[in-house]
Amino acid sequence: MADAAKYDVSCSSSGSQRANTNKGIGDASGMGICHSYTEDGRCVSLLKILLTNHCIFDCAYCVTRKSNDIKRAAFKVQEVVDLTINFYRRNYIEGLFLSSGIFKSADFTMERLVAVAKKLRKEENFNGYIHLKSIPGASDELMREAGLYADRLSVNIEIPTEAGLKKLAPDKKREDFIKPMIKVKNEIIQYKAEKKIIKSTPKFAPAGQSTQMIIGASGENDFQIMQTSNHFYKSYNLKRVYYSGYVPISYDNRLPQIGSAVPMLRENRLYQTDWLMRFYGFDVSEILNEQHQHLDLDIDPKLGWALRNLHEFPVDVNTADQRMLSRIPGLGMKSVYKIINARRFRRLNWEHLKKIGVALNRAQYFMVCESNQFEKRDLTPEKIKGLILQNSTSKYQKTLSNQLSLFG
Amino acid sequence: MTAKNLIYDGTFDGFLSVVFYVFEHKLKTVTIQNESTVQQGLFSVNETIPVDETKANRVWNGIKSKCSTQSRYQLYYAFLSEQIGVEDLLLDYIQYVFSQSKKVDKDYSHPSILKIAQIAKYVGREKHRMEAFVRFKLTQDDIYFANIEPDFNVLPLIEKHFKNRYADQKWVIYDIKRNYGLFYDLEKVELINMDFPENFNFTKTDDAFFASQEFEFQKLWQDYFKATNIESRKNMKLHIRHIPKRYWKYLSEKQPN
Repeated sequence: MADAAKYDVSCSSSGSQRANTNKGIGDASGMGICHSYTEDGRCVSLLKILLTNHCIFDCAYCVTRKSNDIKRAAFKVQEVVDLTINFYRRNYIEGLFLSSGIFKSADFTMERLVAVAKKLRKEENFNGYIHLKSIPGASDELMREAGLYADRLSVNIEIPTEAGLKKLAPDKKREDFIKPMIKVKNEIIQYKAEKKIIKSTPKFAPAGQSTQMIIGASGENDFQIMQTSNHFYKSYNLKRVYYSGYVPISYDNRLPQIGSAVPMLRENRLYQTDWLMRFYGFDVSEILNEQHQHLDLDIDPKLGWALRNLHEFPVDVNTADQRMLSRIPGLGMKSVYKIINARRFRRLNWEHLKKIGVALNRAQYFMVCESNQFEKRDLTPEKIKGLILQNSTSKYQKTLSNQLSLFG
Repeated sequence: MTAKNLIYDGTFDGFLSVVFYVFEHKLKTVTIQNESTVQQGLFSVNETIPVDETKANRVWNGIKSKCSTQSRYQLYYAFLSEQIGVEDLLLDYIQYVFSQSKKVDKDYSHPSILKIAQIAKYVGREKHRMEAFVRFKLTQDDIYFANIEPDFNVLPLIEKHFKNRYADQKWVIYDIKRNYGLFYDLEKVELINMDFPENFNFTKTDDAFFASQEFEFQKLWQDYFKATNIESRKNMKLHIRHIPKRYWKYLSEKQPN
């Protein structure tokens, strides 16, 4: 059953504030922990399983689709509970990520998911992390109950655009995904308001909600994907949007064929953009807009933005504000923090910056510091890009050179 | 003036007592060494400094007035790294923050401060790894047992985490490199030393010691681990960066079956 659930990307086990009570088992009050890693490099922190792989839907991109000829099975509620507790006691996992195919109806399935979470919390006194999948179309009462036991809820919207969804998952409607999301959002807002007045208000999905989109299954461009994602962050207060490069699993001619490569590099660029939006103070329209609908594959999105906006540079690291520092290519937020602290004591030069951990290979073209050595030539964006690429090795070199030979 | 080589007992209080001694006698050229790893210098005089809790506390309170909580953690973390020469680096750090009237513990352009921050980061990473890579095995006496071999002495740092998390089961985490462990008896955590039978294999699960259901769950875990892998995205380089090979021998999912 884990075989199908592996395509769910969320592995987050952090952000919840559930501490151990009454000497029970488990504690989800700190940061998340990845207990192991699969050979494809993804983290294993939750026991990710499907309650069943029976499904009444026939979504082209999914391994458990109705028309797929696979063996069907289902867990009993108690089996999932025992497995979770015993894995947790051995420190294999941080908690449970429970999803399911849809048997009979949405409510029938959701009820079972909630039953597992309830049993873990009430009977086993389990305080570890629980992530439940909200089944599209489940009733408001069930969603409310789910939020009382789970740390995080998620609905996967899977396909970034409505047109794509119609093509690949004709049985599903966008509203069905949105409805539980709105319900959970409102409940969280209500919980936070009540919490201010009554301290003992029971927690409601303390780690918030998230969603996931498949990349490269239905032809959307990066601009559309990030617009959708931005909309979800803003309108539904999501904690995370995950992007999942489509792994070909079917001969359906609406989809990329089996054997075609997983778009891992593109996935990586989308995550980088997501980070720029959430932590670096970028607006999505600065990186992707009508004129610029695709992310560069050969350079990261921040460098891409900087090259299009050379008039904003060079930045003086000894005087610039945090907003501008975080926009310099090659500077992460950790370096920004160190620079802001260190420059209170002395003016920083290249040597200091190098020791702090700034990637000077990229950053040197965009900054000045306490030194009379800096890039004085008036370089064009193409020239800078060329110089940077010349002096760097990408782990995606192979992918990139393949693509270049296609077009070149 | 001859250089002095000050020797302490290896504890944090012992180290702070040495720092007190250095300030008290206004010593200029000193090195500090743990008694278990003393090396004789050519031109230096050895002197053993006894632990003095009052003096250690005075130094620590001084550090409190000069450093943020985060920096104090970094000092302690770096101390636990047990790296050769880390005591001298810590002394330099402490002398620097004491010599300035302003708070300078965030001055990352000072070499010792940056270095300590970096070492503390390594130790923090190792602590986090141990919180992740401890694999408990249920013994026949109903105790969850795990052995570890961390690069740094992180047992004192992970005690709280495991105590909060596994409050309703007895457990032991044993550092076989430093030969001591933590034992939680449902009430409190104690430091213990254990003698293992000569043929005891730390990587195996011997049915003479471990409960029978242990094998079942290890098998389920191994199957789960295999099933979660997506073959078409295989990336061993990334995998090994996440779990360096030196940790594999005690991970149940990495055992051949």
